[in-house]
Amino acid sequence: MTQPPLLALRGLTKAYPGVVANDDVSLTIAPGEVHALLGENGAGKSTLVKMIYGLVKPDGGVMQMHGAAFSPQEPRAARAAGVGMVFQHFSLFDALSVAENIALGMENAPKLRALSQQIREVSEDYGLPLAPDRIVGDLSAGERQRVEIIRCLLQDPKLLIMDEPTSVLTPQEVEILFKTLRKLSAEGTAILYISHKLEEIRNLCDSATILRLGKVVGHCTPSETSARDMAEMMVGSTLKTPQRAGKTPGEVLLGLQGLSAKSPSAFGMPLRDITVQVRAGEVLGIGGVAGNGQDELLAALSGEQLSGAGMIRFKDQDVGLLGPTARRRLGILTAPEERLGHAAAPDMTLTENAMLTGAIRENLVRGGMLNWPAAKRFAERIIKDFDVRTPGPNNAARALSGGNLQKFVIGREVLQRPEVLVVNQPTWGVDASAAAAIRQALLDLAENGTGVIVISQDLDELMEISDRFAALNEGRLSEPRPAQGLTVDEIGLMMGGAHGMEVAHG
Amino acid sequence: MDLSAINPLLFVAGFLVAATPLIFAALGELVVEKSGVLNLGVEGMMIIGAICGFATAVETGSPLLGFAAAAVGGAALSLLFAFLTQITLANQVASGLALTLFGLGFSALLGQSYVGVKPPRLDEVNFGLLHDIPVLGPILFSHDIILYLGFAMVVAVWALLKFTRAGLILRAVGESHDAAHALGYKVVRIRTLAIMFGGACAGLGGAYISLIRVPQWTEGMTAGVGWIALALVVFASWKPWRLLLGAYLFGGITQLQLNLQGAGVAIPVEYLAMSPYIITILVLVVLSADKSAAPASLGRNFHASS
Repeated sequence: MTQPPLLALRGLTKAYPGVVANDDVSLTIAPGEVHALLGENGAGKSTLVKMIYGLVKPDGGVMQMHGAAFSPQEPRAARAAGVGMVFQHFSLFDALSVAENIALGMENAPKLRALSQQIREVSEDYGLPLAPDRIVGDLSAGERQRVEIIRCLLQDPKLLIMDEPTSVLTPQEVEILFKTLRKLSAEGTAILYISHKLEEIRNLCDSATILRLGKVVGHCTPSETSARDMAEMMVGSTLKTPQRAGKTPGEVLLGLQGLSAKSPSAFGMPLRDITVQVRAGEVLGIGGVAGNGQDELLAALSGEQLSGAGMIRFKDQDVGLLGPTARRRLGILTAPEERLGHAAAPDMTLTENAMLTGAIRENLVRGGMLNWPAAKRFAERIIKDFDVRTPGPNNAARALSGGNLQKFVIGREVLQRPEVLVVNQPTWGVDASAAAAIRQALLDLAENGTGVIVISQDLDELMEISDRFAALNEGRLSEPRPAQGLTVDEIGLMMGGAHGMEVAHG
Repeated sequence: MDLSAINPLLFVAGFLVAATPLIFAALGELVVEKSGVLNLGVEGMMIIGAICGFATAVETGSPLLGFAAAAVGGAALSLLFAFLTQITLANQVASGLALTLFGLGFSALLGQSYVGVKPPRLDEVNFGLLHDIPVLGPILFSHDIILYLGFAMVVAVWALLKFTRAGLILRAVGESHDAAHALGYKVVRIRTLAIMFGGACAGLGGAYISLIRVPQWTEGMTAGVGWIALALVVFASWKPWRLLLGAYLFGGITQLQLNLQGAGVAIPVEYLAMSPYIITILVLVVLSADKSAAPASLGRNFHASS
């Protein structure tokens, strides 16, 4: 290489009490290069990019930009040096407008009116339509991401860091995002791209660095490496693909007939006339962009939100008017998406959390008295069977990492021998090997005659485990189709296309 | 009963005076809450301001120095709250209540030798000819400088929050401290400054009671104005203009019930005395029926954990 690399990291180390997040990490990024950063949860990707963005100070090692020393003390300095970052959990302010949000992320923000004009221009240039005066709380996930990207683009970055940008987008929206990123790359902007989705990385990135337990374990060229090889480098062992035996589905367990329900929250999506059946031993996959009725559907099935008479039947019984406890007694179990606060009570121990949903089906209550020893045994069984990494059942749910808590909340329902299990985003934020274990557990459950409904935004996951696939769009459920043989385009259309983004690329 | 004993001009001028302590205290708390902090210690900071201002004015003979001392005293007490909630991450509700109890007790100690003393008077601003305009003159142009300062601060805070970058950052911190931190804003520093501003305002409000409205020193003389200020911020939906309206309403009814008592209206005094509280809250509840948006991070402690 004749010119110095845009960014060079050498020997970066960062330790937190009890864990070394980054250990002697080195990598280089050339101008215009799209560089992937791969690794499981906890491999140290986030810590690494936070050091580049000035949010975390390294304990050791050097960073160089254009051959000169680079050690941002705060994000402001990093931004001034040309580093932009699009956050995984969006760093946006719901109550403020798009323009105000963007102004907050800029050093010398112009007057709001001039800024609005700039936002319009940049958003048209890069095919990311966005109205500057809208309130961010009303935007969809895809639109919110556009706010973040445009905020970075307005500062003319030389390096754009993207942390899991596609987890909330439809395939069409991903395609549009990739067009934008390729255009940026062609203009000389380097991109550091973090994602769990290996096919995307093969499609987009020029090179990749793989982290495991804080150390660099390899570099590769994604377009020449198979997704499976990359996954195995990340995990450090051979991956098991979930296995299933083909089996004819049994009797109808759960039948929805014209299910309609208002959304409990003001920003939610009402369910509209959903009709679908789930049979014993079948996995029904439900896709769709977040905010199209997923949470409401889960609430209607769990009994948190009661529906009208005759809308939900379990075997021969009308359960639409039964609450969650009564439905659990019958064997309809659910695991919602939000781990902390919905699926689990953050400050209660794992034993207490096991008690919360397992009380009825595991007989943990006798005559109104709680049987704590039995609850503890149940929690320990979940921890053991689902490989939950925690010192013990007396730890608070909050203390677990996202992936481990997810294993716990899914395991808690699976072990209660459900007749029907509904899960929302079962592997969200979970690393490859843990995700494979959760999917295998769901398939095993179906094998034993449970009807499983998997609501997810991860299409690869749905294609891997579903027998039939349907998509939620604006609160309506599409006609379920056999999952085998569905193409990405067909799925995209079922999900409602790119939400008005086609226009921009005419 | 003789309603004609009520002079409408003096009545209006009087309610502007009655509303001013409330305007200061509530405006300071509005800024604090916009930054995402709930400080229930307004009453305590007011009474500390009241005695600091009173004592300084008596000792130096200058009411203006007294007001300056009141602002410093209120801000100093609020620093204690800032330390507890921003550095040691103590619970904001408990810390605020403790601040009020501490302020009431400490002010009583400081004020022991000032009971019964008369403070120096703060002169009216000389508006020259304006003062001689009939009706408007006595109502609008016959007050002290601090009253006008209170009104000016409402305008200033409104403009600051709406039009300036500093105001935008303040609102952003109150909306989501995590996102603000991720963008590199110093959440703790910004909140501490807001808390100090709130303390200084509460101190000014307290001193306005002890130096101008009453004017004398008695223990616990703020008599719940701090609590009304807290309620006012919420019912005004965190909007400065609505806050001003609520404060005038409260001041007006307070003044009216005093006048009615003076005129010997045949309503028990207790009902009259409680009327300003009830009517102000009722009106503001009706006003705040629209989508009132509290700062999303209000009352939540922030710790930069990464």
